[in-house]
Amino acid sequence: MNYVFQFGDVWAARWDLLWGSWLTIQLSAAAMALGLLVAVLCALGKTMGPKPIRWAVECYIEAIRNTPFLVQIFLIFFGLPRAGIYLSSNEAALLAMVVNVGAYATEIVRAGIESISRGQIEAGLALGLRPLQVFRYVVLFPALSTVYPALTSQFILLMLSSSVVSTISAQELTATANDLQARTFRSFEIYIVVTAIYLLLSVLFSGAFDAIRRVVFARPGARA
Amino acid sequence: MIRQFGPTEAWFIIAAVRWTLLLSAIAFIGGGIAGLGVALARTAPVAWLRLAATGYIQLFQGTPLLMQLFLVFFGSTMLGSGVDPLVAAAIALTLNAAAFLGEIWRGCIQAIPTGQWEAATALGLRHLARMRYVILPQAGKIAIAPTVGFLVLLVKSTSLASIIGFVELTRAGQIINNVTFRPFLVFGLVAIIYFVLCWPLSRLSQMLEQRFGTVRR
Repeated sequence: MNYVFQFGDVWAARWDLLWGSWLTIQLSAAAMALGLLVAVLCALGKTMGPKPIRWAVECYIEAIRNTPFLVQIFLIFFGLPRAGIYLSSNEAALLAMVVNVGAYATEIVRAGIESISRGQIEAGLALGLRPLQVFRYVVLFPALSTVYPALTSQFILLMLSSSVVSTISAQELTATANDLQARTFRSFEIYIVVTAIYLLLSVLFSGAFDAIRRVVFARPGARA
Repeated sequence: MIRQFGPTEAWFIIAAVRWTLLLSAIAFIGGGIAGLGVALARTAPVAWLRLAATGYIQLFQGTPLLMQLFLVFFGSTMLGSGVDPLVAAAIALTLNAAAFLGEIWRGCIQAIPTGQWEAATALGLRHLARMRYVILPQAGKIAIAPTVGFLVLLVKSTSLASIIGFVELTRAGQIINNVTFRPFLVFGLVAIIYFVLCWPLSRLSQMLEQRFGTVRR
């Protein structure tokens, strides 16, 4: 153990690392928002849709949940251009992340929707709400509120797994670290610092989700 | 020169499954042993043990597995002798699995009703004996389903070992794709192989969940 740690090169690249972190935040936040949209639509299809749609959603979920994220990235990034669809690294990364988290989040949202009892929906209809209003106010909103903790921990896992998209040279934190590593050869120091940044980011996202929960799901009389 | 995708190429990919399976097995066994330690420390009556286990779990669940792999891989190179990618991947995945299994099993241990703990204490059992004879046998039963579920995650996680150059299933796919330029075919095959490994485990986990998922009071 006679290795001398030198963090000088890492400190010199602090603005690059900060920018990389910001890119990771942007990429993850975009994937979370789009992934939630996919999840709500798929969960709706799986619980209330006709049989072919239910079956299609089921296949999508099983296919994504039983194959590695890395292979999904390669299929999208290397496969799609062969089908005439050209995506930049970052677009492919975002698409892969949305497709991936969408499948996991669908199961979570579906569990939430199924926890809403039939009587609630009937009560909503009896009050004169239209079906879409019932879905929005009586089904979706309470369902999301119930599964919010599971959903947000899935989102944090997504943010952490976004480091893998550096393999198709999408620009984010790990890619910044890899560039820096190739330039300075201070790999150990760099990855220690970047690991710490990821830890900080997961704490940050966790705090942000808590704040969002307080604002969005605050109801009069409900405990915080 | 572009090679055709023939039986030789397909076989190269299929044969690489053994490395994926080996890595999964090492990480699962090592992670299982260490994970039991983490779970026991996390539920121990000693405050600093609980704190240490909590910190360990937070650290490994709050950082990307890829970074953990890089730290072990580059760290061992920096500290002197470089290690084989297999060894580095096995160490990183074991440490990671220990944190996840520790957290899963902590939940199972804490799911055992207080009455059982109190009854064991009333019988005069000390903490370790209480764990060994009363809590763990019951917790083990509810732990089966989530543990099999975690195994799916672990098999998929081994694909990251390809990034540090270990030739398992995903890396074999990359190598073949680089010479044949048939990404749909190659990564499609790779994905199907992972699916064949993982899907039965997922189903098994769901079945076990229905059978052993609840605690009988």
